[in-house]
Amino acid sequence: MEIKATIIDEEGLNRTVTRLAHEILERNKGSENLVVLGMRTRGEFLAQRIHKKIMEIENKEIPLGVLDITLYRDDFRTRLKQPEVSTTNITFDLNEKNVVLVDDVLYTGRTIRAALDAVMDIGRPSTVQFCTLVDRGHRELPVKADFIGKNIPTSFNEEVKVKMKEIDGEDAVYLVEIKKENNES
Amino acid sequence: MPLSSKHLLGLSGVPKEDIQLILDTAVTFREILERPIKKVPTLKGKTIVNLFFENSTRTRISFELAQKRLSADTVNFTTSSSSTKKGETFKDTVLNIEAMKIDMIVVRHQSAGVPQFLTKISNASIINAGDGRHEHPTQALLDMYSIKEKIGKIDGLKVCIVGDIAHSRVAISNIAGLISMGAKVSVCGPATMIPKSIESLGVTVHHDINKAIAENDVLNILRIQLERKAGTNIPSLREYHNYFGVTEERLEKNNKDILILHPGPINRGVEISSEVADGPYQVILDQVTNGVAVRMAVLYLLGTMN
Repeated sequence: MEIKATIIDEEGLNRTVTRLAHEILERNKGSENLVVLGMRTRGEFLAQRIHKKIMEIENKEIPLGVLDITLYRDDFRTRLKQPEVSTTNITFDLNEKNVVLVDDVLYTGRTIRAALDAVMDIGRPSTVQFCTLVDRGHRELPVKADFIGKNIPTSFNEEVKVKMKEIDGEDAVYLVEIKKENNES
Repeated sequence: MPLSSKHLLGLSGVPKEDIQLILDTAVTFREILERPIKKVPTLKGKTIVNLFFENSTRTRISFELAQKRLSADTVNFTTSSSSTKKGETFKDTVLNIEAMKIDMIVVRHQSAGVPQFLTKISNASIINAGDGRHEHPTQALLDMYSIKEKIGKIDGLKVCIVGDIAHSRVAISNIAGLISMGAKVSVCGPATMIPKSIESLGVTVHHDINKAIAENDVLNILRIQLERKAGTNIPSLREYHNYFGVTEERLEKNNKDILILHPGPINRGVEISSEVADGPYQVILDQVTNGVAVRMAVLYLLGTMN
């Protein structure tokens, strides 16, 4: 694995979070009935920051939850490793709410598909919106994000690595190259 | 890390990490049981057969609910309405069910070792739901989960299993699981109900219920199993109650901080008084709820193993 480029640095991430918070508020005409759900693992921390920023701007409390989508994945049969399940923590009602799902990278669209199923099992929100820090393309399902931090066209042998201080010790987004065996280049 | 075996036959010899993983995973499923839609699509397309050769209410319903809440397809088999009545052998019955392409078998049988035997004739994942006097691992797991949920830990706790230890598969599984999770385990009951070499499992023996209550953090009270001829080991149920029955008076006199577990079905007025069975010390119905979550965890971990 080799870092090809730094796409977003610490300052950049701060600015992006601020912009995303404003965009979310603009689209929803304020924070009435707004709830923020972070998708484990890195989406959780990103959601915390966006949530904090929204509360700073609006100067009021907004619910924040964490969604674990492991049990809704569609690749249980094809993956070699058993994924570790974690807990969903949503202590409030989702009915008639405007739910903003937050994740770090939008790629094939399968994670957000699973997240939609998970949300619908918990309640019936008025709207569900999706906010991602990076959209790297290569969708396999017909989904798109409502709020995008940065669009980064990538190739299949590249990967977008989002680092968050809470678990990685730094804030950054890197474009890395995955070296495959028998790679000709 | 996945579990180290594709079967759950008992807790004896199961690594601590496996027990820990099941208990941790169960927390996730416990949360699902509180949702309006108590179902996740995880085991969609998996077929599970419940082979119950012995009567059961709690365990069978609990397993079936756990399977349905994971979206698995389930088939129930009970001996009374099956071809074993026409003389088909156990092995042939299982081979025929297996030929219908199934992924997992949950089995309860009056003979110890049946689940083990199934692993030799079937390719499915086998889960023991109680075999004779041998083991009942999911019961012990849900007991441990309930202790952990209430007290916050298992390591270092003193747990006493009270009652008919000699006839109890719940006792054997609990002893194995609790010891590997770091608890100090003792048993309490009349000498006729305690197997002679029980100390070799690493437990101490009490014959005084008051002392057992005073010295332990948790009491797991077992049912006097009349259907397993336990009655021949004690003069009368009333005498058993007088000497070993857990009553409110005994708890208040000896240990007000004790936690009472009972795997059910309870015999009110025999091993436990009604006041205790409905009182503030016990978590008997929480155990039943937790049982579904723990079984979901086991089914998930075994069913998604590649």
